[in-house]
Amino acid sequence: MSETETPVPNATATSTRALPLLPALKDATLSGFVAFGLFFFMIGLRTEQGPSGALEITTRFETFAILVAVVFAGSFLRTLVFGRGPILLGRAVPSTLARVFVGASRFAAPALLLFALLVPVLFYQNRYLLDLGILVLTYVMLGWGLNIVVGLAGLLDLGYVAFYAVGAYTYALLATHFHLSFWICLPLAGIFAALWGVLLGFPVLRLRGDYLAIVTLAFGEIIRLVLLNWQSLTGGPNGISSIPRPSFFGLPFADAEGSFASTFGLEYSPTHRVVFLFYLILALALVTNWVTIRLRRLPIGRAWEAMREDEIACRSLGINTTTTKLTAFAIGAMFGGFAGSFFATRQGFISPESFSFGESALVLAIVVLGGMGSQLGVAIAALVMLGGFELFREFQLYRMLVFGFAMVLIMIWRPRGLVSTREPSLRLADRKEPP
Amino acid sequence: MSSATEAVLAVEHLSMRFGGLVAVDDLSFVARRGDITALIGPNGAGKTTVFNCITGFYKPSAGLIRLEHPDGRAFLLERLLNFRVAKVARVARTFQNIRLFSGMTVLENLVVAQHNALMLASAFTFAGLFGLKSYRTAENAALDKARYWLDRTGLLPRADDAAGGLAYGEQRRLEIARAMCTDPVLLCLDEPAAGLNARESAELNALLKFIRREHATSILLIEHDMSVVMEISDHIVVLDYGVKIADGTPEAIRNDPKVIAAYLGVEDAEVEKVEAEVGL
Repeated sequence: MSETETPVPNATATSTRALPLLPALKDATLSGFVAFGLFFFMIGLRTEQGPSGALEITTRFETFAILVAVVFAGSFLRTLVFGRGPILLGRAVPSTLARVFVGASRFAAPALLLFALLVPVLFYQNRYLLDLGILVLTYVMLGWGLNIVVGLAGLLDLGYVAFYAVGAYTYALLATHFHLSFWICLPLAGIFAALWGVLLGFPVLRLRGDYLAIVTLAFGEIIRLVLLNWQSLTGGPNGISSIPRPSFFGLPFADAEGSFASTFGLEYSPTHRVVFLFYLILALALVTNWVTIRLRRLPIGRAWEAMREDEIACRSLGINTTTTKLTAFAIGAMFGGFAGSFFATRQGFISPESFSFGESALVLAIVVLGGMGSQLGVAIAALVMLGGFELFREFQLYRMLVFGFAMVLIMIWRPRGLVSTREPSLRLADRKEPP
Repeated sequence: MSSATEAVLAVEHLSMRFGGLVAVDDLSFVARRGDITALIGPNGAGKTTVFNCITGFYKPSAGLIRLEHPDGRAFLLERLLNFRVAKVARVARTFQNIRLFSGMTVLENLVVAQHNALMLASAFTFAGLFGLKSYRTAENAALDKARYWLDRTGLLPRADDAAGGLAYGEQRRLEIARAMCTDPVLLCLDEPAAGLNARESAELNALLKFIRREHATSILLIEHDMSVVMEISDHIVVLDYGVKIADGTPEAIRNDPKVIAAYLGVEDAEVEKVEAEVGL
């Protein structure tokens, strides 16, 4: 954190007061002590295997001293600049900058959409960026799908990747065994995933919060383990390979007669398929978004949100909470299934490894960081997280460190996610008075 | 006050046991259509348990709860699944500790209450998804009903604010408005005047009288505030330790020695007698 460079917003106000040197020194000493205790064993001492095979202790006191000094200086400056209270966002970011952000946020959604539409045009030559775009959009779609379950219905689901897996395997099996086209398999995969969503929904109807999270976590693992062990159907750890790649509504992407390129009189390029996949996942994600936005304004969506707020009150109003929960699980799972079948057709190869708990956690992190229930927030969070992962790919060692640090900062400053305001599903002010 | 004499709700031999504890013991009473019936009694008398049995949140250990609609259809509430008590038998309730959808706006609270009608109009979401006209008409009707009740409860200016941000008295009124949006045959109010000041209590009385006068809704209420109970009730049932000790008009209850002894306190002479017996 670059505390030294952060400008003090009310510099005139602070300069009139005496600098809190003594408290700063006190804080710094305390932090230094803690750092000393922690880092002495973690960094100062290190065990290594010696030539004889026995463990030997080596010391790294220079590194240790530098780190303690850094902590000391950092803590000293923090108290000096920000005082002892919490570092409020308003004090760290100048108010004019914050105003610009608020003003710009109104255009964020259309701007992002326009940018997404133009990515293949702007970066046609950059295969790497196109692939990254497809990856980000897949997670945007997964995030929006999970947002229905977690953000709207308030059901904490830690096993969302199970539906992603069901969709992927449904597509892979149907396409390789029955040679069905992508456009037939896609709805089938969605329906099948939705059925699994209902299947998961039944046993967890009575559960809430932590208990629900544990059962959904187990469900995700069960699906993965079944895929791993049902050798005859899923190929076990070897997965399913040579899954048919998507065609442009029947025209394959190949360097041959009757392909996409030859039909449209273009020179064959493998990028055509990547661009097609990009627009395909963009369309799927936008459908997810559209359906979610529509559903929020319909009785079912309002019932989901009401259920998140108070389930008992829902029942007292005659709302069938059982079907309401099951539809939330089913529709969330359906979009997971769609995303899964896209994943299968893009990769051409799937194995249980792609559907570990880490994926569920990543998608959930996207939803929570983005702001539960906020479509724009989830999209931005997916972009930032996956983009961030790629950005720090060269510093692989420090990637998780930076990622974790960013998470902590966001949770301190924006505990309810990046976009935490809730837009009412309908307003009386927008409606005319009855005649 | 009421001219109708038929029963809207008949509770017969209702008992509710939690393990060894008998919360309600062989309770029978009748609430007449168009009446405001009050259920009173000291703390722990089992009033809320009776409410939970009527509204389907508890399954009674024994007894019948019969609800009759104006069209003659009758429902045995103890046999209905909890949400169906509200959906089919049209019994609405409020809660002792207010249960609003606090993150949603006031208006949304009232629209959620009309969920079943809107769900049907949206053809279980399919027609609504594509914005068909029939659904839009139904939604406008729902908004009109919400606006009517907001106007009645004086919450119209707060329609687009979060329900959790309302003042306590406003939240109480919103909960009643939300319950009324389900078009109930029987409205069960669990301590609606709790925490209200004198002016708000008077407003509540006016609102309940209005509901009795203008709508085909009978009211059953639990209340400790005697100014509310005695002023608006047509009929009072008194519970003590799960047993009914009195049943009658407010005047009769006011003068019933058993009620005075159990609920409003014993007479001074009697206290002196008891004190003399124990040697104080």
